[in-house]
Parts: sequence; C-alpha cells; structure tokens
Amino acid sequence: MSIAEAVRETEAKTVQSTELALQVSNLNVVLRHQPDTRILKDVSFQLNKGEVFALVGESGSGKSMTSLSIMRLLPDALKITRGKIQQGDTNIFALTEQEMGSIRGKKIAMIFQDALTSLNPVQKVGDQIAETLKIHTNLTGSNIRKRAIQLFEEVGLPDPDKRVDWYPHQMSGGQQQRVMIAMALACEPDILLADEPTTALDVTIQKQILELVKELTVSRDLAVLLITHDMGVVRETADRVGVMYKGEIIEEGTCDAFFENPREEYSRRLINSLPDMDSYRPAADPAPLLKVDNLEVHFPIRKGLLQRVHDYTKAVNGISFSIAKGETLALVGESGCGKSTTGRAILNLEKATGGEIWYNNQKVNAFSRKEMLPLRKKIQVIFQSPYSSMNPRMTVGDIIEEGMVSLQMGLSKAEREQRVESLLKRVQLEPEHRYRYPHEFSGGQRQRIAIARALAVEPDLIICDEPTSALDVSIRAEVMELLLELQRELQVSYLFITHDLSIIPHLAHRVAVMQGGKIVEQGHTEDVLTNPQHDYTRKLLSAVPKVH
Amino acid sequence: MDLAFKPVVLWTDVLIFILVGLVSFFIYTLRRNPENRARWREVFSTKLGMSTFVIIMAYVSVALLDSLHFRSELPPAEGQDSEQVYYSNTVNSVLDLMLGEMGERQERTYSSPFSLKSWNRENIKTETGETVRDYPELTYGGQHLESPDDKALDIVFQSFKGLLLGLALASILIGIHWLILKRSQSDQPALPWSSAWLTFAVIMAIFGWLVTMGNLYHVLGTDQAGNDTLYESLKGIRTGVLIGTLATLITMPIAISLGIMAGYFRGWVDDAVQYIYTTLISIPGLLLIAASVLLFQVWINNNPSYFEVGLEKADAKFLALCFILGITSWTTLCRLLRAETLKISQLDYVQAAHAFGVSHLQIIWRHILPNLSHIILISFVLDFSGLVLAEAVLSYIGVGVDPAMASWGNMINLASTELSREPSIWWNLAGAFVLMFTLVLSVNLFSDLVNDAFDPKTKLETA
Repeated sequence: MSIAEAVRETEAKTVQSTELALQVSNLNVVLRHQPDTRILKDVSFQLNKGEVFALVGESGSGKSMTSLSIMRLLPDALKITRGKIQQGDTNIFALTEQEMGSIRGKKIAMIFQDALTSLNPVQKVGDQIAETLKIHTNLTGSNIRKRAIQLFEEVGLPDPDKRVDWYPHQMSGGQQQRVMIAMALACEPDILLADEPTTALDVTIQKQILELVKELTVSRDLAVLLITHDMGVVRETADRVGVMYKGEIIEEGTCDAFFENPREEYSRRLINSLPDMDSYRPAADPAPLLKVDNLEVHFPIRKGLLQRVHDYTKAVNGISFSIAKGETLALVGESGCGKSTTGRAILNLEKATGGEIWYNNQKVNAFSRKEMLPLRKKIQVIFQSPYSSMNPRMTVGDIIEEGMVSLQMGLSKAEREQRVESLLKRVQLEPEHRYRYPHEFSGGQRQRIAIARALAVEPDLIICDEPTSALDVSIRAEVMELLLELQRELQVSYLFITHDLSIIPHLAHRVAVMQGGKIVEQGHTEDVLTNPQHDYTRKLLSAVPKVH
Repeated sequence: MDLAFKPVVLWTDVLIFILVGLVSFFIYTLRRNPENRARWREVFSTKLGMSTFVIIMAYVSVALLDSLHFRSELPPAEGQDSEQVYYSNTVNSVLDLMLGEMGERQERTYSSPFSLKSWNRENIKTETGETVRDYPELTYGGQHLESPDDKALDIVFQSFKGLLLGLALASILIGIHWLILKRSQSDQPALPWSSAWLTFAVIMAIFGWLVTMGNLYHVLGTDQAGNDTLYESLKGIRTGVLIGTLATLITMPIAISLGIMAGYFRGWVDDAVQYIYTTLISIPGLLLIAASVLLFQVWINNNPSYFEVGLEKADAKFLALCFILGITSWTTLCRLLRAETLKISQLDYVQAAHAFGVSHLQIIWRHILPNLSHIILISFVLDFSGLVLAEAVLSYIGVGVDPAMASWGNMINLASTELSREPSIWWNLAGAFVLMFTLVLSVNLFSDLVNDAFDPKTKLETA
C-alpha cells in the first residue's frame, strides 16, 4: 500500500457515519483457581466508529481486564467463561492464536499508562515504528521512514524528521506518549484501546494528549475505548460513558446525559467526589511558623574518570515562602519542577546549598543529624505512594510506634500502645488493625495509617508530598476531608505539594506556583486562581479538566 | 573422671551446632511474620518440597550425629596404674555407634560388593603348607555364613529383616506425628504430609537395610586400604554438608555487612567496598584457594603440638578450607545486596524513618535487613549445592580435604585410577556419586521452590 493510498483510505473512512466497530456481549471472567470469584459479570457494550467510549471506575473494578479480554491478553490466572466479542464479522474468541496476531495491532491497537516502560529503551523510536510497519504493511525501504515521519507529524511531534532518530529517554513523557499513539496508529487500526493514557502525565500535557485522541477519533474515524478513573477527563473527552463497579457496568449513556442526570447512586458519588472549585478557604493567621528564604538545592553533575563536579542541576533555585500556624500552603507545579525537593530540604533530608530555612526562629538547614532530632517531632511528612511508604515487614502498630520510640517522647510501653489505638481511631480505623501488616489494607486505608504515623509525634507542620494523587477519586475526597478535620482540631500546618490544581481551593489558604525551580506566583488561593498573573498559572488552570 | 569416654570437640563441631542454633532462632523469628509463614507454607504445600526437605533433613541429621565426637576408654593394660585411664586414639562419633561395627571391619584391600573373597589374588599358605595363588577369604565380609552356598538366601532373609526394622521404626515415628497432627486442629489447608511420610519411610527402610547388611557384608565393597566403602560414603556426608553450610556461614556476614554498608552509606564506603570486590574477583579463585590451602598445610606441619589426634589436624585443615571458600565467594551476594540496598534506601518508608530521626543502625536492622532476607535465603540455598560440588573438585585436584577425613572428593579422586583398571573398580565412585547426587539434586529442587515462593519477581509474573 503506498502512502497516497493509505491517505485516501483514511479520507474515505471519515465520510462514514457512526457505525458499529466492536460489540462486547455478556463477557464473564473468573479467577482460574477460584471460579466463584467473578472478575467481570456480564459486561456488554459497543464501540462505534468516530466515537470515544469511556469506561470509568475505581481501581479493581475490572476496567483493564475488559480491555485485555478484547485483545485476548488476559493473565494466566484469569479465564473467560462466557461471552462474545464481535469485531466486524469476526468473533474474536473463535480465532486461533495465529489469526489473533493479525488482529492485534492491525485491527485493534492499544496504548498504555506508562509510555516509557512500553518503549524499548535501546532502539530509536523511528526503528520501533518501522518494525510494526514492516510486519503489518507492505511498505519497504525509504517509504517506511517516510510513513514514520508522517505518523509523527500526525500525532503532533515537533520536528518529526529529527525525532525519528531519537531514543525514548531523550523525549519528555508527553512526547513518549505521542510516540506510543503513533505506533498504535501505524497499521491503521479501527479500534484503539487507551488504558489510562494520561494518568502518568502532568495536567498541561494530559490536556494535549486528550485533545490529540479526540482529533484522531474524528479524523481517522476510530472507535476509542478510553479507560480512566478521572471524571474530569471523561467529561472533556468522551462521547459515551459506562460506569464500572465491581466487575459490572452499572450505568451507560451519552456523556451529557450522564453528567446531567446520573441514575445510579454510585455514579452520583463519583461525580460529586470531584472537589468543588468555587469555594475558597479564608486567609489564616499571618504569624509564620516556617519561613523559607531564598532556598537553593543544587545537585552536582559529575563527569569523567575522577568524577569531578562539572555542573549543577538547579532543582530548587532561590525560592521564598512562609507558612503560619494552622495554615495550608499548596506548592503547585509539574513533575520535575523541584517541589518535592523543597519538601525534602525542609525535612533536612536533602542539604540546602544556599538560602535559609527558619522554623520558629531556629535555622534548620544548618543542623546536623543529631541537632535535628528535637525538630523531627515538629515537622513530619506524608508521602505520595501508599505502597512504598510503609515497611511491608512491620505491623501497623510498630510502624506508628516507631517515631515515638526513636524520638524518645518519654512514654511507657502501655502509654504508647494506648496512643496508637487512639490515633487509629482518629483516622477512622479500628484499634485491632495495629496487629495487621500494610499489605492487608487498601490504598486509602494505608494513607490513613501514614497520616496516623505522622501525627504520632504531635507535629506542628506536616509536609504532604502528593498524598492523594495515587488514590481513587472517592477515596481522595475522604482523605482530604480527614486532613482538613485534623487541621481544625489540632491546628497543624500543611505544606501541600501537588500537581492537581482542582483540589487546591478546597484545601489551601495560600498557593505558590512553581516552575523550573522557581516560584513564579504566590498569594491567597482565591486571588491566584481567579486572577492569575503569570502565564504559566493560566496555562495550568486552563488544563484542568472540568466537569461543570 | 569416671566417664567411659572422653568427648572430643572439634572446631567444626562447635560451628555446626552454633549454626543449628542460629537457624532455629531464624525460624523462630520468621514464625512471627505471617507473610513469611505464608511463603514457607507455599514451599511445603508442594509434594516435591516436602520430600526434598525430608531428604535434606536426613542428610543434616546424619551430619549432626557424625559431629558428636568422643574417644572411648581403653581397657587397662597389664601393669598399668589402675587410677590412670587411657583413651583410644581413634575418634568416634555417635553415628559410628549407630552403624555398629561397620567402620571397624577392615579388610586387606579391594573387594567387590557382597563378595566373600578379596578382589586380588594373593599367595596363600594352605593347611598342608603349600603356597597357592588364589583369592583369599575376607576377614569380616560374610564370615557369619556357615557355607558360601547360603549367601543368596541369607542376603534375602537379612534384607527383609533390615527393611522391616527400618519400616517399623518409621511407622512408629510417623504414627506419633499423625497423632500430634490429629490433635492440633487447624483451619488452614492440610500440607501434603503423606509424601513426607512416604519419603521418610523409604529413607528409614534404606537406612535399616544398610545398617543390617553393612554389619554382615561389605555392601559397597572395600577400597584399596580395605575400608568399607559404604561406611566411607556415609562419613562423607558430614564433610559435604559442613563444607556447604560453614562456607556459606562465613560468606554471609562479610557479604551482608559490606553489601548493606556500601548500598546504604554510599560515598567513599561504597567506593572502598567496590574496590575490594573487584580486586578479589579479578584473582582466579582456584589459584587463591590452592595457594591458601598449601600455606595452611605448611603451618599445620610446623606446629604439630597444637593437635592431640590426627582428626584434629584434618579438621583444622578442613576448617581452613571452609574459610577460604567463604572468603573467595562472598562477592556475588555482596553485589546483589548492595544494589538492592541502594533501591530500598530510596523508598519512602526509609525516608519516613529518617524523618522520625531513627538511627542508621535501627534503619538497617528494622527496615533494610528484613527486606533483603529473601535474597539472602535464596542465595544461601543456591550456594550450598555449589560448595558441595566445589569440595569434590578441590579434593580431586589435591588441595581439598585432608585424606584422613572421609570425603566424596577424596573418594572420587581415588576412583580415577580405579576406573582405568581392568576389570574396573566402580563401587567407590558409585558410593560417593549416589550420595552426592541425591543431596545436590534435593537441595537444587528445594531451592527452586524457595526461589519461586520468595522472589518478588516470580510473584509478579504469576500474579
């Protein structure tokens, strides 16, 4: 097939109106060794050409398993017991494994959440596309390269003729995702399965990728299955929505109708769990508890045989802010802007190369490990990933107790135990949970344990490093509510590090926007969000997917 | 002292029992963690895991029984002061007691399995005073028979006796275990005890047969010096098991401490550790081992006063060999542990511990070491079989275990000349080979199962 033909065929497709591309009926999947555990229960839906169908639900609801069933790539532990998937005239379950090979990639293509792990790191991206083109099309020689460049242009990569000779690590996350999409489109598939394609990306890039997917849906007359847990993404991208809950599709409808009038209680909860962006918190007491003055954290870049310092990566480059007692300051920015490094520098886990950090008139960044000990009680931290923030080999009780023991709070064993119990109750867990191990808890529960651990030493300031971004929407709302409640009761201050602007109005008194190691804008949340002064703030704000 | 024997404590005996203590403690601490318990359950829930474990345990118990040494009292000689007690110069072990007279039935030279006569012709003086060249009768093997024609019948009868003895003993022990199991009702799915019992019964039957037959015949013949091959092979178990465990015991502390230090503190500590192991890796291992063993041999020869009996000398050399093997083989594990520590010390829970002001030692002890335990465990079991084989190789090239100490390597070493004779003498090699093969195969199969259960990567692939 020549390029001209390929283009003509694409144009021909765009003329067609909505027609059925894929029909999934009564799909049932069970665990192979426990046939009573049903992973999918009578899942039925259809994908139409030129339309984005979004499958929404929380983690573990079976969204990904649905798309893997369509590709017939289910893990060995799962088994399809009943159901039918019809692609055009072909029943996918009736095909041999060899015939399936020509369906995968050619008729149905897939893009994944993490582009970097899906690309081969030692091969040029152009060559990786060429490989697919060689297998599935009859293009040869220089035509393959031309086609690759054409595809890169289509997915909006700048300088496509240079980019084809790049390696994946030379590109940003958004560009990598674009390469993935180009690869998926290489063989002119009819159906595109997108499994959380933007979850690992920053908001501004998420917006661009979603726009690209929408464009391609129309221009190529693709049938897109978009799997996501983010209702904002659904609202902005999808034509039709299916809500998945515990392996079942409980509600299905057009996007507009669904958001205006959700039928199921669960759907309403999903929509309402989105934070309200119109109510702001009033300003708090201005006396500063923590003051950061012109903070710099530079990492040396070493080169050569003798590892001499060659240059510096300026992760944090001269930022200043302050936090008052009982106040929340949100530090917003995209990944790599230095916001987490700032948090680590305040905790004295990272040495500040310049500037000063003052806590209650004590200069923190000059302290040694030992001098820091009394202050460790005052400043605590909650991490992003609820899975890596707790030692899998310690019981919850031991985890919460650890800080009290090492900081010598002068409590007896019985008092400590009592405190662990009351802390667990405070974060809405059962006292009996202290004998269990972290793996027995869900992500939201683990984050509660992490909060209890931080509270154990009665801190004045908690650094929250994206504590909600790894959680499902409804659980995210609960955890945020808990943080707010604790602030009201205990008058703790939060430095809330996040990339998600949508949760800030609800949570933060003041906000500081960070870009490339510098704070570009800071002020009261309402002022910054309603009347942004800096271009970057405006760009961030416009990228937030909105439901209303 | 009124004891009829004098206990002999060899260095390796002490170490092996310390090791047993440590392993028991390790198992006790593992029991507290439900995750670990579940994983061990997974290992033992397979039939293969149960049987290989029973086989390994059989080897270990033989080795332990063989590590309880003593010298028995000699009957008072004529004209001796009655107060003074002299002890035999041969060191025996509890295993020797169980094997009966198997080790003491020494012939003059080679004889084939179950043979009544020697393998070589010799000049024999008949009763009439003539000198005839014929196969001489063995001193012990089959000499309880009244006539050589009864041999076949006697072998069948005695085999039954031995097998029944073993099975009877096994069924009593299994019965006791069954009763205990029945008492303690647990809601967890039952482990495949039947395969463990079956393996145990087979081992006991074989052992019973060997002990009965070994005291009447030479089941695996005799070697050049007339020693019973079966006895030598059984005594080789201790050497094999000990070299595997002791060398790993020496490897572990070096590898664990250096690996964790390098990965956790980084900077110049890391540089130093890396320089040490890259230097060590670049020296050919065999050369280093051979040189060190020879050096130590010279030291032993120059200081005979340190050693009371010959076995102590052999034991010192053996211990040195374990030491050298341990010191040359810690690098691989050290590198693995360094890499894993680098990864773990960046994880959030370690950062959180830093934020709580937990000391370095506590962080290593509570957060890093427990999360490395699967690597340590897996490499322990994998290294074990490699070291057993290494002993055979080293003894074969002559830098291994002292010839006075029974070892499979020494037996294989002798076998190289024996196999080239015509007709060839195969039983020496066979004895060592079968026992070593069973041990290494069971350990390898078991370590595969441990690996599957504990390695997080295999978990991810099957999940």
